[in-house]
Amino acid sequence: MSDIADRVKKIVVEHLGVDTDKVADDASFIDDLGADSLDTVELVMAFEEEFGVEIPDDAAETILTVGDAVRFLEKNAG
Amino acid sequence: MFDLTGKAALVTGASGGIGEAIARALHRQGATVAISGTRAERLETLAAELGERVHICVANLADREAVDGLVPAAEAAMGQLDILVNNAGITRDNIFMRMKDEEWDQVLEVNLSAAFRLSRAAVKGMMRRRFGRIISITSVVGVTGNPGQANYAAAKAGMIGMTKSVAREVASRNITVNAIAPGFIETAMTDVLNDKQRESILQSVPAGRLGTSSEIAAATVYLASEEAGYVTGQTLHVNGGMAMI
Ligand SMILES: NC(=O)c1ccc[n+]([C@@H]2O[C@H](COP(=O)([O-])OP(=O)(O)OC[C@H]3O[C@@H](n4cnc5c(N)ncnc54)[C@H](OP(=O)(O)O)[C@@H]3O)[C@@H](O)[C@H]2O)c1
Repeated sequence: MSDIADRVKKIVVEHLGVDTDKVADDASFIDDLGADSLDTVELVMAFEEEFGVEIPDDAAETILTVGDAVRFLEKNAG
Repeated sequence: MFDLTGKAALVTGASGGIGEAIARALHRQGATVAISGTRAERLETLAAELGERVHICVANLADREAVDGLVPAAEAAMGQLDILVNNAGITRDNIFMRMKDEEWDQVLEVNLSAAFRLSRAAVKGMMRRRFGRIISITSVVGVTGNPGQANYAAAKAGMIGMTKSVAREVASRNITVNAIAPGFIETAMTDVLNDKQRESILQSVPAGRLGTSSEIAAATVYLASEEAGYVTGQTLHVNGGMAMI
């Protein structure tokens, strides 16, 4: 597992208060992890802070699962 | 009660009658204030009087780029933004059939769109810190309507609708969003009334007088306080009883 994936999962666990083993690659924030739409905005803000990147709104809208976030950050985070 | 020590507030229209009173009152309760407007000298005079814990942020709210720069500037100056007071406002009165597109657009832009953009920018940091107060100064006219003010009433009613919607979205993050609806308040905006208009207004006000800026400021202090944390999505009418809604 990449370092980025580890950090993403840690943020998701902390923010949504879910068990680590639930945070699978294909887990949807809203459908599987109980996030509401405000939580997804906050997750994106937390990713931005952790990785020092800016995630534009149109990109944020495509980040629906844990894997989406990991792939986006692997591509865009320094 | 209503101690605002350690809180940072941005007040738009602080160069005007009501905004100045709001900035003074928040400052008196211990808040650091960023005062905004287009008339830099007025803001400088106020800042000099307040002394410490005050920052000047000049911005023309008719200019979208300036609007988008205002919250970041206030956050940079104060380190954070806990309280946003959308107070700046203009009137461009005309009977409806004669109302120009520009009169409509200007009033909607400064009174409503700027409040939208500033609130959107402010809420980000508030969510992060799990505390926020957004207070918009609307008007009794936004609820009752007023001949000659279709543009102004539309903007002020729009503020109330926005307030309720945003309040629902962010309530779980300890952010409250409220409006204050003044009736007739003694300021430059009401100085232009002639004696006859003044008299007819007073007849509709059970309190028998115009309100004061400091009475609007007191309502703002309340809504900004920790103590008002369970009040959200509301419009607080401060109008001497002229409309009981
Ligand atoms: N007075 C009343 O009876 C009454 C009643 C109901 C509601 N209100 C509302 O209360 C609020 C304050 O009114 P007031 O009576 O204090 O009026 P005011 O003395 O005329 O002040 C208006 C303020 O808005 C600012 N402003 C106007 N256009 C701006 C722009 N393009 N960019 C930045 N700032 C701008 C002005 O700043 P600059 O002059 O520096 O540009 C000024 O500080 C308004 O929203 C008004 O609608 C007033």
